[in-house]
Amino acid sequence: MEIPKSFLGYKRENGRAGTRNHVIILPVDDISNACAEAVANNIKGTIALPHSYGRLQFGADLELHFRTMIGTGCNPNVAAVIVIGIEPKWTKKIVDGIAKTGKPVEGFHIERTGDIGTTMKASKKAQEFVMWASEKQREECPLSDLWISVKCGESDTTSGLAANPTVGNLMDKLEPLGVHLCFGETSELTGAEQVCATRGATKEASEKFMKTWSSYNDFILKEATDDLSESQPTAGNIAGGLTTIEEKAFGNFQKIGNCKFIDVLEPAEEPTKGNGLYFMDTSSAAAECVTLQAAAGFNIHLFPTGQGNIVGNPIEPVVKLTANPLTVKGMGEHIDCDVSKILSREMNLSEAGDELIKTTLRVANGRLTCAEALGHKEFVMTKLYRSA
Amino acid sequence: MATDIIIHDKKDNVGVVVIEKISPKQDCACWIMEDDSSTHIQSLDEIPLGHKIAMVDLNEGDTILKYGHDIGKVVKSIKKGEHVHVHNVKTKKW
Repeated sequence: MEIPKSFLGYKRENGRAGTRNHVIILPVDDISNACAEAVANNIKGTIALPHSYGRLQFGADLELHFRTMIGTGCNPNVAAVIVIGIEPKWTKKIVDGIAKTGKPVEGFHIERTGDIGTTMKASKKAQEFVMWASEKQREECPLSDLWISVKCGESDTTSGLAANPTVGNLMDKLEPLGVHLCFGETSELTGAEQVCATRGATKEASEKFMKTWSSYNDFILKEATDDLSESQPTAGNIAGGLTTIEEKAFGNFQKIGNCKFIDVLEPAEEPTKGNGLYFMDTSSAAAECVTLQAAAGFNIHLFPTGQGNIVGNPIEPVVKLTANPLTVKGMGEHIDCDVSKILSREMNLSEAGDELIKTTLRVANGRLTCAEALGHKEFVMTKLYRSA
Repeated sequence: MATDIIIHDKKDNVGVVVIEKISPKQDCACWIMEDDSSTHIQSLDEIPLGHKIAMVDLNEGDTILKYGHDIGKVVKSIKKGEHVHVHNVKTKKW
């Protein structure tokens, strides 16, 4: 298949391109959710991103909070941002971080004004932003403007046999065309970590990966009360035939094809070493991982599933694929790309990779994903430890 | 002939059922992805889609190989053709 050289995206002020054109209402903290949701309710075409944190965090955990908030606002799928927090200082910090992209952003704080007054002021600005954004047109953008993140979920053995290798095939075909790629799930590489480390493009990248994996593994060993048999693999994984974390890890690892990763990113860290594949240190929980990848600037997500994970994200479209015919049959409304014919050998891996490229480009051009049509907007902050 | 079981790597001692289920004493067609070769096995258990079958006799302490790699240890001996899962295999990690 000849791979198209471009897609239709929204060009942003900082040179990036979006696959979506969202105006978001971003609460700085948990107690500002109500106000943010009130604004989104007033002004059609905006979306609020409520979450559970943002108060009394400190150290690396607070840094991650700010990185996720600012990164989410900076994502090229976002046209403009309203930031609402309880206090002025942290609100301004997030506004200033997003303003560096050149996109419209304005902050409001609730203290001394209250929810109702803040909702009124923020709604007026949100209306202005959404009407401005509604005139943005999709334009031809080079394929290299795609930043593709991947994560698998509710995996079973069909994931490792077919759906994940299909993503790997897409990576092998698109990486030479200059796209950015990102995989994560530090804990779910356990058992395959030595093999994964050999896929670092440099000695530094390999060493950084092993250091990151060891640190996560030490944390799991410290906190685990048993052998994690209730969590990894999950009950869904086991029902689907996955027996051990090692088996899950080698299946997971198929997603990167033959690519080598050029750097290891902190959670929600924006890649800065140019196009190619990156590894990001993330949890293996779907919504947490996708939220971190979106905050790092990735503008389209590929999500292979076995038993049928249904996750979505408010700003980064999540494309689902499966090779499990029972999942296609039972919950087809969640599946954007069916590659189950690989199992019956009516389709080979390269054909499946081509199908996934076609689906990815249709979604990049504007076709809604199943998760978008079904209203999945899981925005889940990663929290590193307890607040002060 | 349709494929009932797919094996990732020639070194693997387990295969994955890729039809809705296989029945006891079924003569199953296996396809090895790595070198596009074929083999056969007679199953001893009913094994559902996505679950693993032992391609050889396995003793307690043996290593299960899939993708050509170590994915865990045998904790209860397994006969060729039997279902391989959490009842007879455990992780070597965690």
